[in-house]
Amino acid sequence: MAHHILHMPITEAQARALRAGDTVTLQDTLFGIRDATQIHMFDRGRRTRFDLSGHAVIHTAPNVRKVERSGTNQAGYEAVCIGTTTSDRMERFTRPLMEREGVRLIIGKGGLREESARAFQELGGAYLAVIGGAAALETTWITAIEDVDLDDLNPESLWRFAIRDFGPLIVGMDSHGGSLYRGVQERAAARRAEVLARLGAA
Amino acid sequence: MSVIAPPGRLRITPDAIEEAAKLLYIRALKILPDDIKAGFHRLDASETDGLAKSVLATMIENIAVAERTENLLCQDTGIPIFNVEIGRDVEVDGWALKQAIARGTERATREHPLRSSVVHPITRVNAHSSCGAHVPVIHLDFIEAPRVLRLTMIPKGSGSENGSFLRMLIPADGIAGVKRFVVDAAIQAGGKVCPPTIMGVGVGGTSDLCMHLAKVAATRPLGSVCADPEGAKLERELSEAVNGLGIGPQGLGGDSTAFAVHVEVAATHITMNPVAVNIQCHSARRASATFTPEGVEIGF
Repeated sequence: MAHHILHMPITEAQARALRAGDTVTLQDTLFGIRDATQIHMFDRGRRTRFDLSGHAVIHTAPNVRKVERSGTNQAGYEAVCIGTTTSDRMERFTRPLMEREGVRLIIGKGGLREESARAFQELGGAYLAVIGGAAALETTWITAIEDVDLDDLNPESLWRFAIRDFGPLIVGMDSHGGSLYRGVQERAAARRAEVLARLGAA
Repeated sequence: MSVIAPPGRLRITPDAIEEAAKLLYIRALKILPDDIKAGFHRLDASETDGLAKSVLATMIENIAVAERTENLLCQDTGIPIFNVEIGRDVEVDGWALKQAIARGTERATREHPLRSSVVHPITRVNAHSSCGAHVPVIHLDFIEAPRVLRLTMIPKGSGSENGSFLRMLIPADGIAGVKRFVVDAAIQAGGKVCPPTIMGVGVGGTSDLCMHLAKVAATRPLGSVCADPEGAKLERELSEAVNGLGIGPQGLGGDSTAFAVHVEVAATHITMNPVAVNIQCHSARRASATFTPEGVEIGF
């Protein structure tokens, strides 16, 4: 199990070097994205002015405070609490995020499904698990909200965060077909019969 | 018939309710109840999987960071739920109480500020108030104690709320059908519901009552036990069963899938055998205010 420090954006080779079970710390830049953001981008044809190529996106909608825009704060927001939402709902957007926008890494909680696993394999990407519900800690890894797009969807805007030592994250799904979630689900399915027998409910 | 409160009754103003609702929403989001903290340490002590232990350690660290930085435990401000228990000698304007809870919720959202996680279900428009039709969810109950009003706030996270399941089983499915349904719900929910969880199970009643019981069970303090002995037995059996599946914290594998399975029961029809599951995530947040003639006590 290797530990990787990745300065974003990264190349396909860097994404393919990640293996399920490895740990990762991200540096520099991270984009926040959520249900409504992706529904508007991929179902309703809206485009972002951000270049996501080679970047990581995190499934989130933050708590923010409005502040005056300034030279150092173009977004007009500062972070209150930034955490991570359940990824499964956004399963069908993995491939378009990678194909159309060039995204390499998706960060979330709870894992993604087989179609995402295929997209990571074919296009060169990975899913990184952050600990869901640990948002107070995660907020300390974010140094600024640098910019925001599609802000009519607030809080489900497309956010650009500046980050420092974001992690450690766990590689949950890699570009070689490896998935910690698949292993756990297979084990749970295998144990089901034994568990039900003990309950007298086989 | 007099509508004037006799002396000795506890009178609570809408303003006091509004202030309490605002305070409780913010407090619930920041400080985890002691029973949940103890639950984390219990799981951490018994967990055998290395990765699961590190996941639990991060969750425990997060609880401390939230308190130290006075920040929210989780970014999900949830659907605001308020349970109101009203004693027999309490005088309160019920309609005004409901308005006051909504005002307190909106003020917490705008003044802290908090992310409003509430949208219109069809237009998906967010009013940035954490309020909307029938939200906050308010449950009223009447209790025997004379001069007490207790307001409990639960910000119910969506990741776990999406892990809600109902099936109208039939009598021939028996209790075995109920057990299979709960185990399969835990497998289907996997890591999506932010385990370790409190799995709430409703058994009996009507479809709506059954799901309500599951929510009551999911939001009960850890260590509490179902008042019905058969329900309590089911709690013990299902807790062991769910934790034998190996789903683990965050669905990444391990022994710690659920802090506990809680069961609530209601009588049902001779033709019915309903079962519902509602799940509370590891950020099992709640806060309460207890009004008595001596004042207001803030707790969990």
